[in-house]
Amino acid sequence: MKINGYQTVKSLEEAYNLLNENKQNAIVAGGAWMRLSSKVIETAIDLSGLELDQIVETKDAFEIGAMATLRQVEKQEGLKNLYNGVLSKALSKIMGVPIRNVATIGGSIIGKYSFSDVLTPLLVMNVELEFYKKGKISLEDFLVSKDRSKDVLVKVIIKKEEAKAYFHKMQKTGLDFAVVNVAISKKADTFKIAVGARPSLVKFALEAMAFVNDAKEVTEEVILETALIAGKELKFGTNSKASEEYRRNIAMAYIKRGLREVIK
Amino acid sequence: MKVVKHALPSVDGKGLMMGRPAYTDDLADPNSLIVKVLRSPHAYAKIVKIDTSKAEALEGVEIVLTYKDFDRRPHTRAGQGFPEPSPYDKFVLDQWVRYIGDETACVAAVDEETAQAALKLIEIEWDILEPILDFETALDNEILIHPEPEIFENFPIGFDPKRNLAAAYSMEVGNVEDSLKECDVVLEAQFFTQAQAHAAMEPHTVNARMDYQNRLVLYTSTQAPFHIRRIVSQSLDFPMSRIRVIKPRVGGGFGGKQHIHGELLVSTVTIKTGKPAKMVYTRKEVFESSFQRHPMRLDIKLGAMKDGTLKAINCHILSDTGAYGEHALTVFMVAGAKVLPLYNKVDSVKFYGDVVYTNHTSAGAYRGYGAIQGNFAIESAIDMLCEKLGVDPIEFREKNMMLKDETSPIFAIMGEGTEGTAMNMESCELGYCVSRGQELLKWKEKYPRVELADSKVRGVGMAIAMQGSGIPYIDMASATVKLNDDGFYNLLVGATDIGQGSDTVLAQIAAEALETTLDKIIVYSSDSDLTPFDTGAYASSTTYVSGNAVFKAAMDMKRAIVKEGALALGVKVEDIEYDGVVLKAGDKEITLKALSNRLYYSEDQKQLMITNSYFGTKSPPPFMAGFAEVEVDTETGEIKIVEYVSVVDCGTPINLALAKGQVEGGIVQGIGMAVYEEVLYTKTGKSINNNFLNYHIPTRKEINKLTTEFAESYEESGPFGAKSVGEIGIDTPPAAIANAVYNAVGVRIQTLPITPEKILAGILANKAKK
Amino acid sequence: MKVNVKVNGQNKVFNIEPGDYLLDTLRKENYLSVKKGCDNSSCGVCTVLFDGKPIKSCSLLTAKTEGHEVTTVEGIQKEADKLSDYFGAEGADQCGYCTPGMALSVHALKEENSNPSDEEIKEYLTGNLCRCTGYQSQHIAIRNYLEDK
Repeated sequence: MKINGYQTVKSLEEAYNLLNENKQNAIVAGGAWMRLSSKVIETAIDLSGLELDQIVETKDAFEIGAMATLRQVEKQEGLKNLYNGVLSKALSKIMGVPIRNVATIGGSIIGKYSFSDVLTPLLVMNVELEFYKKGKISLEDFLVSKDRSKDVLVKVIIKKEEAKAYFHKMQKTGLDFAVVNVAISKKADTFKIAVGARPSLVKFALEAMAFVNDAKEVTEEVILETALIAGKELKFGTNSKASEEYRRNIAMAYIKRGLREVIK
Repeated sequence: MKVVKHALPSVDGKGLMMGRPAYTDDLADPNSLIVKVLRSPHAYAKIVKIDTSKAEALEGVEIVLTYKDFDRRPHTRAGQGFPEPSPYDKFVLDQWVRYIGDETACVAAVDEETAQAALKLIEIEWDILEPILDFETALDNEILIHPEPEIFENFPIGFDPKRNLAAAYSMEVGNVEDSLKECDVVLEAQFFTQAQAHAAMEPHTVNARMDYQNRLVLYTSTQAPFHIRRIVSQSLDFPMSRIRVIKPRVGGGFGGKQHIHGELLVSTVTIKTGKPAKMVYTRKEVFESSFQRHPMRLDIKLGAMKDGTLKAINCHILSDTGAYGEHALTVFMVAGAKVLPLYNKVDSVKFYGDVVYTNHTSAGAYRGYGAIQGNFAIESAIDMLCEKLGVDPIEFREKNMMLKDETSPIFAIMGEGTEGTAMNMESCELGYCVSRGQELLKWKEKYPRVELADSKVRGVGMAIAMQGSGIPYIDMASATVKLNDDGFYNLLVGATDIGQGSDTVLAQIAAEALETTLDKIIVYSSDSDLTPFDTGAYASSTTYVSGNAVFKAAMDMKRAIVKEGALALGVKVEDIEYDGVVLKAGDKEITLKALSNRLYYSEDQKQLMITNSYFGTKSPPPFMAGFAEVEVDTETGEIKIVEYVSVVDCGTPINLALAKGQVEGGIVQGIGMAVYEEVLYTKTGKSINNNFLNYHIPTRKEINKLTTEFAESYEESGPFGAKSVGEIGIDTPPAAIANAVYNAVGVRIQTLPITPEKILAGILANKAKK
Repeated sequence: MKVNVKVNGQNKVFNIEPGDYLLDTLRKENYLSVKKGCDNSSCGVCTVLFDGKPIKSCSLLTAKTEGHEVTTVEGIQKEADKLSDYFGAEGADQCGYCTPGMALSVHALKEENSNPSDEEIKEYLTGNLCRCTGYQSQHIAIRNYLEDK
């Protein structure tokens, strides 16, 4: 990676304008993974001065500034109780503390990384992203959106819900990216099931969700069937970490375990 | 013993943790040119045309080197004693490149950015050749990886480049075929072991400068500084007397730093420009362009009688040395020589096979050095045989394994690249290791498996192992002890501390022999100008071989002190009593401090400085038994190493803490090889996992419980009864874990690593059979 | 560009390129305790404290340190001296290449959580790889240090 210029901006407007001034201008969030890319950045835009690293708890949501580090989010007391702490747990599995002290929640979302352990748990929660120009958009819509126009992510809003959730990341060692990750939430009688690192970008298992949400009672048979449906509907792939078949098998195993846990 | 067999802190640990500059790159000249290598993008290709003019024209570029700048003088990068048992099949730079990452050209420039930019300006026209990437197809393939006429072997090692053969060997005791016919049960099995990366935390690093006497001074992160000096001289045709090699602190080696890495190119830059130069490998270069463990295919046949007597072992190995033949023969031979004698009661044993070239990164020395591959195959096969026989695998081992005062004919037949040396096991507590390990793991309660809730099953498995202590009739080490005024000593050793703690261990041996304390021994190691010769830190040799040299020199020094004391006190030598502090004869006495001040300042003035050497004539093996308890998730195949028990006979552990560190460090690297690590390539021979994000060495999260103990054992020929301990720890985990997984879930993994994916596939296949 | 940063309590002005990473800047400025191991945020030998928190200096742009505080092991000599006694007692240092970064992580852990569980210690230090020791001796040494045994 090469950076030709560096600008610490004083306002979101300045950041937005600078970002759109040149195709090769880019926001540097934490910058933890930037080194791995071979991109040339004309002007790196630093948002450090904009106090976007605050986490604010409102009556019905947590508003996380885009520049909050993963470690900040992980350690935030209020979030530890939301969806029985699934986000904190998921973040704690990402690399080591030194990386989580640098990587930001905004950078982790905006990159739409297919290996992400941030997106998978967030997807089963009720999450909105707030952009400077585009305004609010749900995380789900953002992930499938083809809109490539550049904007500044300002905050990530997680709505408070009375809900339970489960997250599991299958990894080879403590520093590994996910081979597959699974997140499940249950709010009242509604389940959400998301599977990431398949190895492609996280997705809902919509048919499995429909099946389990229609069931009168979530029995062991329903759980097994739900996992089977998810295994069938989701596309898995092979890379050096694991084969398609193995990914499917472990995703199904963890969907079963997750469902059992959230109905407890 | 007062100093030996205690857990003393290492002499360098504190300063290193406090961040004192001590490693090679910390000591580079700040004005060093930055040396970068253009690495081959092709697995096999010939340079048709290379144009460096644009690179040379770039401001800040000092020199660009290509194959045209070097005489065609083949050498080996193996870093072994001379003459090496590795083929001379490498040129500093060559018109041919033989793997992706091979050296193509080299740039030295004022800074990193300029050097990188210059690499991009080198224009090459390639003749891209078809590579051999599957080692099972290499032998007698019509593609020849080394067609060049200049390459040769120093002595017969089975080298036959026309067949893509780097080395070959065979030996037989008795007649295996006949023995197998007589056996009640014969087990045949094939195993594969993978390439493993050393992954030392400090990348390969070297810097060079011309000193005020116009001599070439190299600081290099190496395990074999004296061999480096010789090879630089040989391959660059530069007088050895004008080379000084200094080994600073080294950030881990594990065999990887026994080899030549950047020394030849950096030396060339400095010799040609007169300017200081340095090279620090990127992690990608360490992975792709240094060395790795030899992948092997091992075909094993075991024959036994119904009563559990092992009669015959047949072992055929195909080993993949990659693009060049460093350690090709010796690693392959150790796969037999340091495994097969474990079962010394057989009627017959055959060991044979080939080491072939492929267009992958070169394989080389790596802790375990063949023994870990051989151990995985034999110790897995023993368990498989026991199942067929219906006998307990531990009882079977106890009945058939090597015991104290016994020997194996293999010792005399197989050495490292040469004939071996007959020896009896004057120290061997393998029996104790096996029984104590069972107690520590609570084997009898756990064998073969315990089912837990939630689809988790725990299983236990074990393996036994042996290694060596240096290479007899080859390894030589020497040590100099110097007495200073005030009565403290310098210990100068050629031995190479690469983090294993040899400076500390050797100082302990000296302190014990001189009856003094560790703080009175100031150790300085591995400087080719200042310290005496030592072959280097490899082949589990330092404690035993270098330690013996230190012991001899220190005992000589003690005698010299007594002699001087007698002179000072005016008594006979026999009348002196000396406890390391005071020399007494009747009512006369003089302290060492007073004596040394006398020697340097007042009377009978002279320097006491004594050098002695040790040349090994045997290689007493350390032994161990390793026990693994694993937990397998039957729905996902995921595996957790719950505990690993090691009971080790290394003779006297000179430093209990450091010896334990050697064992546990070896165990975890062995666990890495068993479960997590594998060098992967694309179909075109490109490395897939050339970084720590994708190549998974164990992190602390994977390590749950290591239990390590030492057997009471004393090796007469070793310093204070010591044998080696550097490699033995790495050997057992692959087989012990494979056996534990089998005992847990009935899945026999014969191809390393033992991944969750393979385990689950086995579980599903077993289910389908039912 | 120029960056004003406090290193080990001293105000420094570094002349850097916008794309420079903190690891390279620090080594260039002779803070040689900060080691280079992997170039991609995995091994942890380049760990420094950034406003008291451990980060990998190979993955932080030096430009981002403007107005902040960076601590290398040269800045926590007393703590490293003490921790090294515990490492020495367990034979937990071996090659020493990872230990300055380890000392910084342990120091930060102690500041953040004075009574961590075994799991919390492992979790906090996962990003500090070691290839020599097998980790257990380090773990014991660190626990003893934190418990002031």
